[in-house]
Amino acid sequence: MTTVVSLLYIVSFALFIYGLMGLTGPRTAVRGNWIAAVGMGLAVIATLLLPGMGNWWLIALGIVLGTVVGVPAARKVKMTAMPQMVALFNGVGGGAVALIAWVEFRTTDGYAHEPLYVAIASLFAAIVGSISFWGSNVAFGKLQELVPSKPITIGRLQQPLNAVVVVAAVACAVAIAAGVSSEWLIIGVLVASALFGLMVVLPIGGADMPVVISLLNAMTGLSAAAMGLALDNTALIVAGMIVGASGSILTNLMAKAMNRSIPAIIAGGFGGGPAAAGGGTGTGEARPVRSTSAADTAIQMAYASRVVVVPGYGMAVAQAQHAVREMADLLESKGIEVAYAIHPVAGRMPGHMNVLLAEADVPYDQLKEMDESNSQFPQTDVALVIGANDVTNPAAQSDPSSPIYGMPILHVNASRSVIVLKRSMSSGFAGIENELFHDPKTSMLFGDAKASVGDIVEELKNL
Amino acid sequence: MLVQSLAILVLAGFVGFAVISKVPNTLHTPLMSGTNAIHGIVLLGGLIVLGLGAEGVLNKVLLVIAIAFGTINVVGGFLVTDRMLAMFKEKPKDSANAKGAGS
Repeated sequence: MTTVVSLLYIVSFALFIYGLMGLTGPRTAVRGNWIAAVGMGLAVIATLLLPGMGNWWLIALGIVLGTVVGVPAARKVKMTAMPQMVALFNGVGGGAVALIAWVEFRTTDGYAHEPLYVAIASLFAAIVGSISFWGSNVAFGKLQELVPSKPITIGRLQQPLNAVVVVAAVACAVAIAAGVSSEWLIIGVLVASALFGLMVVLPIGGADMPVVISLLNAMTGLSAAAMGLALDNTALIVAGMIVGASGSILTNLMAKAMNRSIPAIIAGGFGGGPAAAGGGTGTGEARPVRSTSAADTAIQMAYASRVVVVPGYGMAVAQAQHAVREMADLLESKGIEVAYAIHPVAGRMPGHMNVLLAEADVPYDQLKEMDESNSQFPQTDVALVIGANDVTNPAAQSDPSSPIYGMPILHVNASRSVIVLKRSMSSGFAGIENELFHDPKTSMLFGDAKASVGDIVEELKNL
Repeated sequence: MLVQSLAILVLAGFVGFAVISKVPNTLHTPLMSGTNAIHGIVLLGGLIVLGLGAEGVLNKVLLVIAIAFGTINVVGGFLVTDRMLAMFKEKPKDSANAKGAGS
């Protein structure tokens, strides 16, 4: 029977891995998720087939309780509240690990008759699981606005205090591993780790929360893998470690996409986000911008219903008009409405853009004048700004001290999202900072316009 | 036993790294949620420790809570991921098609 269980476990890892691979692509993601879910169901059934299983009523009670709480929570939560829901689900996973490690301690007399590695793995699982549980609950509280989402710090004592609780948790753990079997020690491990989880996440601002949740997610994975080592269960080892590894990579990717470094986020205290950082100072060099990739741009546009291209001098310099036309054709073949918003002074001469686009055989009725474009931006899902800068600068309307104040502009920031293709963060012809690039709705795709549009075209073809 | 488990651990780590090499930003949140559901595998830990004979009321209570937590993690995780991904499904494009046919 144990052989059957092991074989079923192997099938379920395969399903987890295959499912995760599916989750990395937009077309296969839904199926990938369900494949992984089937793997999980199989792993549970296999475990219940283990010889000597008992306590059936209690097992059923636990599963029923979990289902009764979990299903409605997942069904009813609003789309906007998704991140905190993920945090909560992650937290309970970590909590489960910590509880199991505690019971293991109790049933084995402080791991007294177990090999040393079992004690070490269980204690690691207890520490990390407890951090993850409490950290995730704080993350949930912040995103749900039960806890103020601003960084909460206790000043200079923060770092030393963090160090103290870590040392306390590790000291209790070392004592247990060395053979002291007082139950207060394991409680000490759990409580000190809990304090650490609380104190690390509280100082982190709301804008950085998704990265933190991803990090805690990876940690729960690692704690599950450690639990697997202690219980000698391959399913736990494999699934936990895969989550630990993929979660770390994902955390890194997310931090990069937001232009933040993980150590800076963990150090905390200033993660109030772009809104707090963008407080109207003129020296904008260090202000955060969000960068994106060609693949993302393609996906974002492919799921839009209306895309507006805002061409500028950058498109002319890069001679990107033919690539733009190809991109627009691909989008239209997907049933997406494409239009071009032409600012009268876009480029270096009036009508510059019209000429270039006409050269690429862009249908004339897609070229919209400024006034018509501005009235349509609120119904636009994605505004793709290709090498235009000053003609989109909101400062022309809002900042009387700006050299271009009073110039009519294209109100691209009225659309639902803005993607700016640009070679670098340098300022435009007028030599002034563009507020648009720091708008939370805006993401930047850096690179030569022709190359970037070419990449987007490739990605669109692969979708 | 330990060496074998460690080998599995290391290999699984590399699989995890390899699977997530290139992910578009748009899918970061669903992917995080999907991996989150997978570490609900800790549910098995609760099943094993409880099923293979835990004694004592406190132990049993703690394990039932652990199993409930694990179940919430698994069931909630997969359902939430599915709901997120539903947003990426193709929308019906009737108006656009009609326009295309007319021109």
